[in-house]
Amino acid sequence: MIKKNDEIKIGFYICHCGHNIAGTVDVVAVTEYAARLPYVTVSRDYKYMCSDPGQELIQKDIKEFNLNRIVVASCSPLLHENTFRTATAKAGLNQFYMQMVNIRENDSWVHTDKDMATLKAKDLVRAAIHRVAYHKALEKKSVPVNPDVMILGGGISGITAALTLANAGKKVYLVEKEPTIGGYMAKFDKTFPTLDCAACILTPKMSAVKNHPNITLWSYSEVSNVEGYVGNYKVTVTRKPRYIIEDQCVGCLACIDACIFKEAKFKDEFNEGLSKRKPVYIPFPQATPLVVLIDPATCIHFKTGKCPQSCAKACDRNAFDFNQKPEVKEVEVGTIILSTGFQPFDPHKAPYYGYGKYPNVYTSLEIERLVNASGPTDGHVVTRDGKEPKSIGIIHCVGSRDEKTNKWCSRVCCMYSLKLAHLLKEHSGAEIYNFYIDMRTPGKGYEEFYDKLLNEDVHFIRGRVAEVSDWAISKDEEGKLLIRVEDTMIGVVRRIPVDMVVLAVGLEPGKDAQDIRRIFNISCSNEGFFLERHPKLAPVHTFTDGIFIAGACQGPKDIPDSVAQAGAAAAEALALIDAGHVELEPNTAYIIEERCCGCQVCINMCPYKAITFNAEKSKSSINEALCKGCGTCVASCGSGAIFQNLFDDEEILSEIHGVLVE
Amino acid sequence: MKYVYFPGCSLKSSGMQYEKSLLSVFKKLNVTVEEIEDWNCCGATNYMSINETYAIGITARNLALAEKQGGDEIIAPCAACYMGLLKTQNYVSSDPEIRQNVCKELTKTGLSCQFKIKIRHPLDLLVNIIGIDAIKNAVTNPLKGLKVANYYGCQLIRPISTFDDVYNPQTMDKIAKALGAQTIDWPLKTRCCSGSMTSTMPDIGARMNFEILKDAKSRGAEVVLTACPLCQFNLECFQGKISRQFRENIKMPVMYFTQLMGIAFGIKEKELGLHQMLSPALELSL
Repeated sequence: MIKKNDEIKIGFYICHCGHNIAGTVDVVAVTEYAARLPYVTVSRDYKYMCSDPGQELIQKDIKEFNLNRIVVASCSPLLHENTFRTATAKAGLNQFYMQMVNIRENDSWVHTDKDMATLKAKDLVRAAIHRVAYHKALEKKSVPVNPDVMILGGGISGITAALTLANAGKKVYLVEKEPTIGGYMAKFDKTFPTLDCAACILTPKMSAVKNHPNITLWSYSEVSNVEGYVGNYKVTVTRKPRYIIEDQCVGCLACIDACIFKEAKFKDEFNEGLSKRKPVYIPFPQATPLVVLIDPATCIHFKTGKCPQSCAKACDRNAFDFNQKPEVKEVEVGTIILSTGFQPFDPHKAPYYGYGKYPNVYTSLEIERLVNASGPTDGHVVTRDGKEPKSIGIIHCVGSRDEKTNKWCSRVCCMYSLKLAHLLKEHSGAEIYNFYIDMRTPGKGYEEFYDKLLNEDVHFIRGRVAEVSDWAISKDEEGKLLIRVEDTMIGVVRRIPVDMVVLAVGLEPGKDAQDIRRIFNISCSNEGFFLERHPKLAPVHTFTDGIFIAGACQGPKDIPDSVAQAGAAAAEALALIDAGHVELEPNTAYIIEERCCGCQVCINMCPYKAITFNAEKSKSSINEALCKGCGTCVASCGSGAIFQNLFDDEEILSEIHGVLVE
Repeated sequence: MKYVYFPGCSLKSSGMQYEKSLLSVFKKLNVTVEEIEDWNCCGATNYMSINETYAIGITARNLALAEKQGGDEIIAPCAACYMGLLKTQNYVSSDPEIRQNVCKELTKTGLSCQFKIKIRHPLDLLVNIIGIDAIKNAVTNPLKGLKVANYYGCQLIRPISTFDDVYNPQTMDKIAKALGAQTIDWPLKTRCCSGSMTSTMPDIGARMNFEILKDAKSRGAEVVLTACPLCQFNLECFQGKISRQFRENIKMPVMYFTQLMGIAFGIKEKELGLHQMLSPALELSL
């Protein structure tokens, strides 16, 4: 099956990758084997092919032996295809005459039997050598990059990325699904380890976003569709109705006072349900934008239509519009940053801790509001029945590091538990018990913070808590919550009676992470967090070019890390924008017009809407810029009219032949 | 649906009140069951740690007999029997090697088994199949205001049964409420009754039972309901000893949930075995 053409001169290179490959594959044997294959002029092994000397080896050989095809057997092309393509091009050869064989992830890393792994490497190498003979010279297409950026999610990550880009002079659309930006950080009282006030450092940034001439802020909005490709995305945003004309409202709150409900009676989302709000409300005093909204689920007007609409009458700016409908916006952007954050673990899923059953069991987020000076109790620590707690137990790792719930460490709970211990002690003077499995404080100044807490008369008990109950055995336990735990330092089971329990809930992927993943065509890790292209070398890239991730949507993260990552994502977006254009992979499909019968089967098959039908000619045609090279249309074409660069029939068939026939 | 009934050793001896009351209640609700012929021990013994194949084998024999008799579902009232049968079913369906060994042993006795028969606890049957409405309709003597602590024990719903919530089981509570009683919510409803420790380490066993009974009492319970003969035995029989050991008078009727159903259905005391109880359960029916 190999092409009969004496002009073909193949250079073959196999990488040891230290012990990664050479430990399992006999690279010398593969080198000798490849040397005997047809048209192989040079066959070499080298310890690290991706290193500079490794690349120079290829370039030198190309010039010296007039090589016109290169095969590199090494790691995944995701990691180094570009490296070797560039090396090939530097020597004056078209970069698509290079074929990579993955003998690391696909061979050495997944096998232990050296003989069999070597045999497999030989098969894979033979297939590549068969295929490379059919390679054609291709050119990468270049498309301009739209300089505008869309950022999804207005927490601290989204805010940071938006301001960085806007300050660099780029136009930014910041889309937030909640009525206000700020995210979880806006709910926190203090931040660890410096104990500076979260609102004091966050709210100036929130107003900077609102007032920045380069930022368009769309709160209470969601992205419903994304089309296009790197540099040229078309995004559809649906703005949910607030029933208030945003530009008219100045946040004077007259409407809220005038609401037919004299008393607030609905769960206040911002205060985690510890206080109440009216159907017409502002999430919190520093909300950005400072615009009221109406919750149709609780508003009498929407429920019965029998409301005097006193709120609208109280508004002297005529900002009310009860007939508002969802508004659809379409914008074109070049790059997208996803910073959609996380959701806290729902402790109802760990019923043995009594959340929802005993009123004095709280989540950490509820405590953040409780100790907050602008929270529901003005910062006074009182239980739900209004008593001042004398003793408080903080249970770490609720929903984290647990086979039954979330397996991962949530990274922030140790530190925020320490912080809450400090704040609760400060506000209430109560005895505080921290129940931990391991104390994990790896951050700048974090260990010192832990040390500080150790000297603040806070008790630390090592052991996973088994249960929180109201099961009193003795008189002094009555009316208390009992924490049962094995104290692994002294090896006994203890019962600790407390007045208040704080569950340090872990972090998990956002509720709508899967929907966002689908809309933006990116991947998620097993846990459901967005997957980065490389955990170390490309932590803000996704596998979709032009789409970046930042903050806790990628994995549990504290504020400093979220901010740092947001900056990195903004920098990567800027790099794309300022380059002005991007090169597209040429592995796109194309239609031989004469063979196309106009059946349009391919149009329905294409997941990227890259194929259109020309009714006049009765032929289909492919937009190369939209084509992602998935090959679905090629396989579906009954007339055999569609082909794909880099995956021509003869290339694939020869490769199959190569892998099967020795 | 043909229900075959696996009583296990307890329901024929120390827990005979459970059998009496269960069958009377079934009769009242028009549930017909047929006892498995020639059944043997359910295997809830230490046999498992000595020879796994034989231990599973003797339990599998009961499954084979039930299938041979044409049963669609086995009703197993004892928590240990119920779990033993479920465990065996799980082992043979998930491990082909165990299945092969067990089938080989069964063949020696002329039996064969598909292991497709469903195993059900009466609580599951009554609540999820017969239904709470049918139970309500059968009540002639509503237990107005009686405060009931429903005790499920550790084994009935853990680790492999699926008919109720593991941490906060509700089936027995639903039945008690249908009878007109009030139920107390308590954290000890799934705590261990100490199993056989009442005989091997009596001090610890007594303490565990004391805590359960005391907590039920302090929450105002007038009766503790059980769905397992060992739980019932442990909680009821040592009350005198417990009272002396902890110097606190613990007197608490502990009865099978089927007995309370029988009382509410107006079934005669003797048919429910009430006269055979050690704690004064009889008073409740008056």
